[in-house]
Amino acid sequence: MHIFKLIFRNAFRHKLRTFLTVLGVTIAILAFGLLRTVISAWYAGVEASSATRLVARNAVSLVFPLPLSYKDKIRQIEGVKGVSYGTWFGGIYIDEKNFFANYAMEPKTYLAMYPEIIIPSEQMTAFLRDRKGAVAGRKLVERFGWKIGDIVTLKGTIFPGNWDFVIRGIYRGRDNTVDETAFFFQWEYLNETLKKAGRSWTDKAGWYLIEIKDPHIAADVSQRIDKTFKNSLAETLTETEKAFQLSFISMTEAIVVAIKLVSFVIIFIIMAVVANTMAMTARERIGEYAVFKTLGFRGFHIGGLIFGESIIITMIGAVFGIMLTFPVAKIFAHELSAFFPIFNVETKTIYMDIAASFVVAFVAGIFPTWRAVNIRIADGLRRIG
Amino acid sequence: MDNASPIVEIRNLSKSYRRGSQTLPVLIDISLDIDKGEFLALMGPSGSGKTTLLNLIAGIDKADSGSIKVSGTEITSLSETELAFWRASNVGFIFQFYNLIPVLTAYENIELPLLLSGLTKKERRSHVETALSVVNLTDRMDHRPGQLSGGQQQRVAIARAVVTDPTILVADEPTGDLDRKSAEEILDLMERLVHEMEKTIIMVTHDPRAAKKAHKVKHLDKGILNAHLQTDF
Amino acid sequence: MKIPLSYSLRNLWTRRLTTALTIVGMALVVFVFAAVLMLAEGLQKTLVETGIYDNVVVIRKASATEVQSGVDRLQASIVDTQPEIATGADGKPLLAKELVVLITLPKRGTDKSSNVVIRGISESSMVLRPQVNLIEGRIPKPGSSEIIAGQSIAKRFKGGGVGETLRFAMRDWTVTGIFDAGNTGFNSEIWGDVDQLMQSFRRPAYSSVIFRLRNSSEFEQVSRRIENNPRLTLEAKRETKYYRDQSEMMAKFLRILGLTLTIIFSLGAIIGAMITMYAAVANRIGEIGILRALGFRRRSILTSFIIESLLLGFLGGFIGLFFAAFLQLFTVSTLNFQTFSELAFSFSLTFGIIYKAMLFALFMGFIGGVLPAVRASRMNIVEALRAS
Repeated sequence: MHIFKLIFRNAFRHKLRTFLTVLGVTIAILAFGLLRTVISAWYAGVEASSATRLVARNAVSLVFPLPLSYKDKIRQIEGVKGVSYGTWFGGIYIDEKNFFANYAMEPKTYLAMYPEIIIPSEQMTAFLRDRKGAVAGRKLVERFGWKIGDIVTLKGTIFPGNWDFVIRGIYRGRDNTVDETAFFFQWEYLNETLKKAGRSWTDKAGWYLIEIKDPHIAADVSQRIDKTFKNSLAETLTETEKAFQLSFISMTEAIVVAIKLVSFVIIFIIMAVVANTMAMTARERIGEYAVFKTLGFRGFHIGGLIFGESIIITMIGAVFGIMLTFPVAKIFAHELSAFFPIFNVETKTIYMDIAASFVVAFVAGIFPTWRAVNIRIADGLRRIG
Repeated sequence: MDNASPIVEIRNLSKSYRRGSQTLPVLIDISLDIDKGEFLALMGPSGSGKTTLLNLIAGIDKADSGSIKVSGTEITSLSETELAFWRASNVGFIFQFYNLIPVLTAYENIELPLLLSGLTKKERRSHVETALSVVNLTDRMDHRPGQLSGGQQQRVAIARAVVTDPTILVADEPTGDLDRKSAEEILDLMERLVHEMEKTIIMVTHDPRAAKKAHKVKHLDKGILNAHLQTDF
Repeated sequence: MKIPLSYSLRNLWTRRLTTALTIVGMALVVFVFAAVLMLAEGLQKTLVETGIYDNVVVIRKASATEVQSGVDRLQASIVDTQPEIATGADGKPLLAKELVVLITLPKRGTDKSSNVVIRGISESSMVLRPQVNLIEGRIPKPGSSEIIAGQSIAKRFKGGGVGETLRFAMRDWTVTGIFDAGNTGFNSEIWGDVDQLMQSFRRPAYSSVIFRLRNSSEFEQVSRRIENNPRLTLEAKRETKYYRDQSEMMAKFLRILGLTLTIIFSLGAIIGAMITMYAAVANRIGEIGILRALGFRRRSILTSFIIESLLLGFLGGFIGLFFAAFLQLFTVSTLNFQTFSELAFSFSLTFGIIYKAMLFALFMGFIGGVLPAVRASRMNIVEALRAS
């Protein structure tokens, strides 16, 4: 259609200006997309959680453990399909900067509840056989260049001393929502070593992992478990894995909110830039718009030309921005894998990119259109020459 | 010449501009008849209101009071939208600075008014080609205004003005930006439009040579039509 | 001949909308830039002020924070015998053995919770910390289930006010007073009797030992002695350094995030400024020709346009900072990644930040305007005049 031809040619009249505006939109959409990806990375643990797994921990805080004797009692509660346990180790590998999650767990039962963690069977066997064995995620192994059979030493912070582990397995995630930067080893090894050293933290678990038969009974089973241990030495707080992950995020909520706000700031900045471009462009062409009007074209035709140009420029920038988001996110994922083990660009983010672009294009076009539509033809014509 | 009623009938037309708290009268009680096939030149000193009168006749400005009838239609009572429709099929414009759309070719510029008409692509093509041949620019139809000389651009503008076969043609200083030779060509073209195609042209001009080509000259001074000073050729 | 400043100002005023939009873009960038710096500054200020230079914190080696640390009674009493410890007004050493534990408490107004520090204190604890002042109620009776809460806790958490009760470790604890700890992290803590708390939480060991140096220069020798003692697995830090280290990770995170964002955003604002200045040049081609014809030199034209874009930057910076200053009314409370406990801090505007932000704004204006200004100054007089 003719109007597209005209819009397109108009958009490229001022090549430098259009180029700069498109560049600005590209950068803005790229930044916006990355920020939204940071936010979804923050919630990654929540997304990866399962509706049939519960976490039971000491009601006072995570800093306090639960007795091992709870295991059998929990197992017998109605609705429970399986029980396992783990303890956060929090060891440092060479330097605090090399942070990654490391914890002890009861391997057979724990891994049985995580079908999304895939370990080749020979590695699994070797891991189970070696008391000092450890399994590390694929991304973690890549980061430090470990191989099967390597000895990895962690400096304990909660459990002091230098602890040696042998890499017996490397796991990968079933899909891209699984954290592949974790490190886990045998709870038995932790417990034995603590017993030998005469420490008080023996036969204790940091948390219990409970598999239930059906997601709908989650609330019931949680309450039942907590009721069982009410008024005992260590009261429990049981919740779904999702709620457990969310509780961490809610503690750093302020930061997430700040990032969300900031992501909108970039949209406002680029709105100002595109609005500026459109205002300038429209002002320069007031005379032409007046000519259109003399020929019989009406307000909505002029509006179409201006909005059309605004949309084309913004969309071209948006497309480039969206395309660049993927490779840049990959780089970010690599650099920030210590903070964000999962860093994927979601489809939702792309939709938000597109929506943001339309809003920018629309807002940028409003004032120039209003001005062009309302100017009297005679005044507009006078602006020529 | 005038057996039928005039194609343009103006009665008691007045217009003022408001500047802050002052009201400046631009046209005062103008009454005028223009016949079909007439070539009228409006002359007068700067600020006399001649361009305003032209704009009112062409329907791109609104009067404060009075009536303008073009081919029987009372245009002072039309709304903005109705005026737009009316202009598209009734008025052809020729401006001093051509006012072509720079990103469109000569062909596309001439075609522009036809996009409002509902004609098919083929029908539009035949109208445009006719207009191009009238102004003798068929060989330049794919050139953009930037690639044409002043005189050629004005010819494209004239082709655009006649392509819809409008009731009247209005021209505001059509030769104002042209050198002598091009001005001559344009004026000859306009003369042919009147004689061969029976077009009605209302032209505002400073140029006495242009005025000479017209049939009638009317003078405006300070918003008043000087009835006594009329030159007929 | 110099082109007057009023020429630049008037040009900006003539194209008001364009000027306004460009300034808005820059103001937003400066706002974000200043906000991030203010946040990191506020965080570090809070944590650094939490410590006193002459206090020494003794914790278990490699524990990094009191929460992870454990100092058993024997080790604590060995530290107690160090000669470098100052003597209190009552003739006893100015030393406190403390327990630090994290508990989860529900917040007021929402059903979310956060981790809060409970500190078991001894007699000398309050003396060791002059920044802490009781502003309401009274100190808990020794041997009771009474506690005092920091201002931030009283405000934000359920059961934290005077007379209210908190339940943890299977006991009900009554809040008998509220303390104000200024800008320090203690505002987000709850204090109680160390022996009562150790009993309730069934902790056999303290978390840390805090003491005041009798002579500030003796820090090196006492810390070396403690750290080299084979019977002790402890390390000693000045309290100021201890707290500063705890904010390091978060402050770094904030700064990196903030800097990356600001750089990206500034690109947007610079592009906006460029577009504006190129258009300004294009619109005034005739004027430039006339100015040159009148005798103004290329350099004057260049300077004039650069000044115009610097003005844009300046105004953007000023407005951005103006609004950023209001952020100081807000308090941020979040989890400190390193200590895993709740921390409340606010935005802190310093002269250093004002200076940096304005410089940044001017820089953006300069970068945006330099290329168009060069174009303007390079114009050929005749072509410029003809183009008008």
